[in-house]
Amino acid sequence: MTVVTMTVNGERRSADTDDRTLLVYFLRETLGLTGTHIGCDTSQCGACVVHVDGRAVKSCTMFARQADGAAVTTIEGIARDGALHPIQARFREHHALQCGFCTPGMIMTAIDMIRRGRASDRQTIRRELAGNFCRCTGYQNIVDAIEAAAKETATA
Amino acid sequence: MIPYAFHYHRAGSLAEAQALFAGAPEAKFLAGGQTLIPAMKQRLSQPSDLIDIAGLKELAFVEERGHGIAIGAATRHGDVASSALVRKRIPALAELAREIGDPAVRHMGTLGGSLATSDPGADYPAAVLGLNASVVTTKKTIAADKYFLGLFQTPLEDGEIITEVVFPVARRAGYAKFRNPASHYAVAGVFVAETNDGVRVAVTGAGPCASRVAAMEAALAGRFHPESVNGIAVPADGLNSDLHASAEYRAHLVTVMARRAVQAALAG
Repeated sequence: MTVVTMTVNGERRSADTDDRTLLVYFLRETLGLTGTHIGCDTSQCGACVVHVDGRAVKSCTMFARQADGAAVTTIEGIARDGALHPIQARFREHHALQCGFCTPGMIMTAIDMIRRGRASDRQTIRRELAGNFCRCTGYQNIVDAIEAAAKETATA
Repeated sequence: MIPYAFHYHRAGSLAEAQALFAGAPEAKFLAGGQTLIPAMKQRLSQPSDLIDIAGLKELAFVEERGHGIAIGAATRHGDVASSALVRKRIPALAELAREIGDPAVRHMGTLGGSLATSDPGADYPAAVLGLNASVVTTKKTIAADKYFLGLFQTPLEDGEIITEVVFPVARRAGYAKFRNPASHYAVAGVFVAETNDGVRVAVTGAGPCASRVAAMEAALAGRFHPESVNGIAVPADGLNSDLHASAEYRAHLVTVMARRAVQAALAG
């Protein structure tokens, strides 16, 4: 066991961790941040996407120790002062979730693609969503929400 | 899924990485981990120690080198895809990098990691072989034609680390792949390049490792046109066959992807 320290949602967190602990288990089970989901557990579905040092990654395909010293943002860390993050708000307005299981990963991926300027049109948004699966197949409204959020960011 | 237990080490330099490797019974180097970690989770791989070299700054760069581009082994796929230099000098390479996996995979996966693993479905091997690149390691420089030896087989020895890959600039090049829609690995991918040493056609995904298609190269040297590969098929014998595609289907796809790759090269 080794002490791993990272900044999670702006807070410094340390915990004794087995070397083989995946980041997603560290977040969910050690820190109790269960907003990040485990879907396929085979690096394909994107339900576990979080940001590590500002980049969207699959937390089921990274060991907690790789994130030692890093800044991690999860779905719990994006709302500000009780107000939804603008992308969360657009997801709500556009009914961009059905069962909601894929939503945390979708939103973390959406924030990342807008930040990289890769949400300019619907086709690009769909390409950027290649690593996020919605088993309810509710993609139409997810793309609508991201497109609306991207337009808002561009004009802000 | 939980992998077998192992010891994790983060290397601060290449020298430290090699010393850590030498001191462990069954060590593996960890770069982006996008192939290794899934394999470990399925318990198909059981290293005693992981030596993390992803953070080595000296291995993360994209720079002009003579008439080519040198890319550090720890450079992430996403950084190759968005590199202004790669997009300008070898746009087909940037396009290939942009189609690897998905954005989250591209934020982690590295060029060196892809080549060291030599997964049969990986994209980079097609570009390395198609562009006649050189793979530079801590011990030697390996020509692309000598690098891909078989299924997950490379000339890398224990403890040897890829440091950079040097890609010569091609006159024109294109890549086309038929992707598995879930994993995004290439069911079959073809990289076609018109280089200063002639036309090269490199295939990934279809066989145990990347390989060239001499008959297509000869036809395209005569006339660099999509129709030139019509009627030229690779033999299905020895190609991969799995629940996603039979060997016969992969053989068929190679010709189709070659045609599209030539189209892309002409359009670029």
